[in-house]
Amino acid sequence: MQVLYGRHHVRVFRFGLRLVRDEQIAEDLISEVFLDVWRQAGKFEGRSAVSTWLLAITRFKALSALRRRKDVELDDEAANAIEDASDDPEVAVQKKDTSQALRKCLTALSPDHREIVDLVYYHEKSVEEVAEIVGIPENTVKTRLFYARKKLAELLKAAGVERGWP
Amino acid sequence: MMAMRKTMLEQEPSEMETLLPWHAAGTLNARDARRVEEALARDPELARQYAVIREEYAATIDLNESLGAPSSRAMQKLFAAIDAEPARQPPSSLSLSGRIANFFAGLSPRALAWTASAGALALLLQAGLIGALLVKTQPAPFQTASLSTDEPTTRALGPQAPPRALVRFAPDARVADITALLDSYQASIVDTRGGLFRLQFGNKAMPKDEIAGLMSRLQGEKIVSLAVAAP
Repeated sequence: MQVLYGRHHVRVFRFGLRLVRDEQIAEDLISEVFLDVWRQAGKFEGRSAVSTWLLAITRFKALSALRRRKDVELDDEAANAIEDASDDPEVAVQKKDTSQALRKCLTALSPDHREIVDLVYYHEKSVEEVAEIVGIPENTVKTRLFYARKKLAELLKAAGVERGWP
Repeated sequence: MMAMRKTMLEQEPSEMETLLPWHAAGTLNARDARRVEEALARDPELARQYAVIREEYAATIDLNESLGAPSSRAMQKLFAAIDAEPARQPPSSLSLSGRIANFFAGLSPRALAWTASAGALALLLQAGLIGALLVKTQPAPFQTASLSTDEPTTRALGPQAPPRALVRFAPDARVADITALLDSYQASIVDTRGGLFRLQFGNKAMPKDEIAGLMSRLQGEKIVSLAVAAP
């Protein structure tokens, strides 16, 4: 368990933190995730990578934690409203720092879009693995990421950053 | 109607467009990666979109890396919870033998046959391993004039590896006890399979007699039910 924890806990923490946006809750999440792994090790079928299995459990736990928190809504509008209040991509643009604006806009994406962007770019999951983690068909995975990227471009455009696409 | 269809078509991404993020992350299979490469070479618009994706890819990694790591509190909480597991869970209505019986009852005849074959193979391997150990540790009863058992017949090609052992811990061993044992022996877990742990001791090679002493000390530990030297 120590080896497994040592190898995966940082990525599990970061994935959870991006979903729940609260370090305390994200830390509680990783304890719950690895405890579940300890209890259910016999159920792991070995058809997918261990990291894929861990991320799927993390996602499930994160969504449950979010549902428990009454002040956080899961729908896109609410998530964006929270970000709108705290994020200020224009400031980043004023500093002529496109990458900083890009990072700000990445945090302003909806939970569905955030998780798919993270899974593909940061966790380097294939189409099939993302489909397994999120529980959606592979074609939906591809189109969801496409629309997440379009939303990102819209946010950047609203902040005054033009990147030549779309 | 025509205008609406045109708008819908414009919004619908092409297959190549949808694959670009996975190409940037290097997670496409060889066939799709080649198809995307070819499409990028002949379509400047797609290549421009790919450049934008590379920026998004880098920014996403930066953002995630900036999130830091969890505190040690999370690990302490986890291992405390694991240690508390047997106490928190009410005793199962089934004994260990009952569980094993249920497990085998749940297997199909074909799976059962495979399991039995695997078990037999494991027993053979274990017997071979123990036999080899006994042969190595016992002095030879006689010696031929042409062969000296004191000298190795082969020469190691590289530096000698630190000693390793296959260890099975007692079912009631606690995580804290196992951690303490690993610390006291300066051991680390190299891999684990089917309840057996392959441990490595220190980072230097050891003479055979020291390894034998180490194994016997390890076998004497309360929480160790099996310890044999392993490659």
